[in-house]
Amino acid sequence: MGLMTELNAKALRLGIPLSVHLDLTYRCNERCEHCYLEHDDRGEMSLGEIRALLRDLADAGVFFLTLSGGEPLMRRDCFEIIESARALGFNVKLKTNAVMVREKEARRLRALGVEQVQISLYSHRPEVHDGITKLPGSLKRTLAGIRLLRSAGLKVTLANVLMPSNFKDSAGVRALAAEVGAHYTLDPTITPMMDGNTSVLRFRVPPKELRKVFEDPNLVGNVEEFCAPPPPVDDGAREGFPCSAGHTACYISPYGDLYPCVQFPLPCGNVRRQKFIDIWKDSQQLAEVRSIRGKDLPTCSSCAHLGTCTRCPGLAYMEGSMRGPSSADCEKSFVRTGITTAGMLARQAAGNPPPGLIQIESAQSPF
Amino acid sequence: MSEKYIARSPAVAARRFDEEMMVMSSVDSTLFNLSEVAAVIWESADGQTPLSQIVRDQVCAVFDVAPDEAYRDAEAFVEDLARHGILLVSASPVQGSGSSAGEGAWA
Repeated sequence: MGLMTELNAKALRLGIPLSVHLDLTYRCNERCEHCYLEHDDRGEMSLGEIRALLRDLADAGVFFLTLSGGEPLMRRDCFEIIESARALGFNVKLKTNAVMVREKEARRLRALGVEQVQISLYSHRPEVHDGITKLPGSLKRTLAGIRLLRSAGLKVTLANVLMPSNFKDSAGVRALAAEVGAHYTLDPTITPMMDGNTSVLRFRVPPKELRKVFEDPNLVGNVEEFCAPPPPVDDGAREGFPCSAGHTACYISPYGDLYPCVQFPLPCGNVRRQKFIDIWKDSQQLAEVRSIRGKDLPTCSSCAHLGTCTRCPGLAYMEGSMRGPSSADCEKSFVRTGITTAGMLARQAAGNPPPGLIQIESAQSPF
Repeated sequence: MSEKYIARSPAVAARRFDEEMMVMSSVDSTLFNLSEVAAVIWESADGQTPLSQIVRDQVCAVFDVAPDEAYRDAEAFVEDLARHGILLVSASPVQGSGSSAGEGAWA
């Protein structure tokens, strides 16, 4: 067992929130067409509140801290927050579009010991990247920021969200990543907006194009293995839980709302009103998330894909039930293997209703 | 015996779980799991206290181990972490350090 696996197992056994994703702001200097956020400031936590929260997170045993947004560098006190986090011993990962990164910022991030910086890059072509971000010149500025971060000695990951408009550019982004010495990841997941608006789902890659992704050895490795029919479902899948959300990880919004994951908008409490550790230990919502096992899923427990599906309980929740199928993951399993999922059969039996997305609400209205 | 001073690198993250200490380097993402004794040495690595004093006051005073053996083990541990950039080793006190463990001495 690797040390990271051992660490995760230990955190799970002890009930330690090993990883926290903290959005510092929803404000952003870009307006990406597929973004799930609305960018007004509805009362962000102050520097003092965030520092107090960081101390609570450290006391609770949080080790991996992802700072994101919106664009986190839109906060003038972003570096003070990072400095406080590093002083408390967190392993810090920063998600940014790097548009505001100059040499000074890059050097500061390196000096603070930030573990890595993740940057969204949609295309190697300005007309495509800038067309998605709606910020003219953003590709040029982001690339300049990436090069400065690399020159400063930081590890950089280029996250390539895949949509119909940039589908053909993944090889170009991969080449850019190789050129600057960055890690490359590809993500075809488009999430409904926080207010329940599903219009952004039109940016999901259609199945035919998704299949091309799954047949690209540069992206998936061994294609035959990746696209193989699922093995028989075993006890591990039946007794297992879907992901770390709520078990060893959670998400906190700029307004202090705590959710199981950034993609699982089930309000569990607010750190402005309660101590983080009290929410983590006592939230009924988190207890419910933790209770879910593969065998308990009404539809998916009978699915041949149960052991291999990437079923996201957050996306399922947004479709109506955290114990239900996630249509996006059903589609991925089907496109990958050609084998129909139990969720697809259930939807066919019901006359193919559109996913019933719920309205996502904050745990409290800050104002 | 020449004295050694040890300080935690500013490029690491660290967190205590139970009686163990997890330490991760941001340089190469190497994860270390320090035993209880190693964690004590890590937490005492303020750049100001000689390693021999750390071993005497923090290790031998708490754990049932002979001083010579404890120092040999501590030296090997320190050299190993220094090779990975987790600890900084110096023949003289390290300027700019001195914070308590978990407060990121040079962060």
